[in-house]
Amino acid sequence: MDVVINGQKRSLRDGMTLRDLVIELELEGKPIAVEVNREVVPKTRFAATALRDGDRLEVVSLVGGG
Amino acid sequence: MDAPLRIGSVELRSRVILGTGKYASPEIMVKCHEASGTDMVTVAVRRVDLNDKSKASFLNWIDRSKLKILPNTAGCTTADDAIRAAHLGREALATNLVKLEVIGDERTLYPDLAELVAATKRLVKDGFVVMPYTSDDLVTALRLADAGAACVMPLGAPIGSGLGILNPTNIRIIIERVKVPVVVDAGVGTASDVAVAMELGADGVLLNTAVAGAKEPVAMATAVRHACEAGRLAYLAGRIPRKQVATPSSPMEGRIV
Repeated sequence: MDVVINGQKRSLRDGMTLRDLVIELELEGKPIAVEVNREVVPKTRFAATALRDGDRLEVVSLVGGG
Repeated sequence: MDAPLRIGSVELRSRVILGTGKYASPEIMVKCHEASGTDMVTVAVRRVDLNDKSKASFLNWIDRSKLKILPNTAGCTTADDAIRAAHLGREALATNLVKLEVIGDERTLYPDLAELVAATKRLVKDGFVVMPYTSDDLVTALRLADAGAACVMPLGAPIGSGLGILNPTNIRIIIERVKVPVVVDAGVGTASDVAVAMELGADGVLLNTAVAGAKEPVAMATAVRHACEAGRLAYLAGRIPRKQVATPSSPMEGRIV
């Protein structure tokens, strides 16, 4: 399936959960937050969130700012 | 001994809130945070760079046992985007604090006040402690407080301009009328600007560039701490009224003639 993460197209294997993706991106346990189709998904729901073809994800963290 | 500053459920001993942007290195940033005495630092919510293999978190540089982290919505130009950024920041940091910024004009970075009030209402409903960056306009400050903002943060001058407190009268009017704490946010260029804000009666000052961009950032952070304490003390002490004519400090009686 194809999804868009942070504006970039990415092919994922079918049946992947959000938790699988976060592990693949080496972001497990990091201070991140994820939106799937504009809805924030709490970390506790990552494993139960199946990704679907066409999903649009935002994966954010914190940077220096004022 | 001065009482701590209460913003919503948060208690701050230091009245300086410092940014984490634009430092030459994270090591210098950490030293500046320590030198300023701050209890709270701001951070920005941004997309993770998926091509960056280092995966080192910027947050590792912030000791959360000592510092409260205030995520901002910098760069958002609509209430909807700011609300999204606030929710993402809350999820990433497990905090309900948000510095709410909704920018209305790119050149001045002045806030879009209608969107700001709308976003404040929504985020208060969603359980956030909302700290809105606003203009030095009394009516907007009153609307934000009515909407449930935990404080109001009027600008002294445009963000990053270093022009100081351009309209002290407006800041004073806001301080006198608004029931929630007033934190002057943006415009500070040097320590005396912090003192001016605090002497006006501001409850705190939020700054970033004035420290990060100084030739000696750690020295400026130290100066800001002293200026904040000096300005606060002077405010509490109560300044003398201004007069147009001189009054001698020495007695007129007993002069030699």
